[in-house]
Amino acid sequence: MSIKVRYFASLGEHLGRSENDLEFAQGMSVKDIWVLSTSGAPIPDNVLTAVNMEYADLEAQVQDGDEVAFFPPVTGG
Amino acid sequence: MKVEICPEAFNPWQAIQDYQAALPSAAAKFGATSIFIGTMRDYNDGVGVQSMTLDYYPGMTEKQLGKILGDAGRQWEIIDAYVVHRVGEIRPDEAIVLVAVWSAHRGDAFDACRFIMETLKSTAPFWKKEVSDTGQTRWVEKNTDGYKNVQP
Repeated sequence: MSIKVRYFASLGEHLGRSENDLEFAQGMSVKDIWVLSTSGAPIPDNVLTAVNMEYADLEAQVQDGDEVAFFPPVTGG
Repeated sequence: MKVEICPEAFNPWQAIQDYQAALPSAAAKFGATSIFIGTMRDYNDGVGVQSMTLDYYPGMTEKQLGKILGDAGRQWEIIDAYVVHRVGEIRPDEAIVLVAVWSAHRGDAFDACRFIMETLKSTAPFWKKEVSDTGQTRWVEKNTDGYKNVQP
């Protein structure tokens, strides 16, 4: 039972990895995932977050098997 | 409606022509086609840029672009819409993004095209990393708001 955590662009570069797996515990929010994955690093002010490839806020609840992503402001186009 | 992520250089004019040719049911129905093409400059923020790499989130990027087109289709009377976006290494003068909207009337075509482009700029997961003329790399930190005046 685990979830996949992904990091993109400058955020992934800063953390030194693009993804990791995390043991899932009932009742975890996106914010909890960040705290556990980064050993309590402060959350960047402008971070964007997604669950299963859809935007979600930091308080969103995570389910077993979900994919959670953190990334900086987008700069396409 | 179609979304394409393109890892190689593409000709936006050819892409529009090919897409429109494959829309026989729309022939003689659309009176307006609105097109936006974004092209790479050789400068940004006062620095010469020799190339850039466009990173994205495979799966989510396509999903988000599809959602934007769906939202546009609910807000405006459009017949079809097509988005192509480059990823990977890009050089100045190459097309980065194409948005094309076909509609019966210009108002819907213009407004939907603008909406798609501005929403893409603020929500589609793409990230640019530039290589300057002097070989230094930097991530582009944020997009400007296209509805506000930007400095020349």
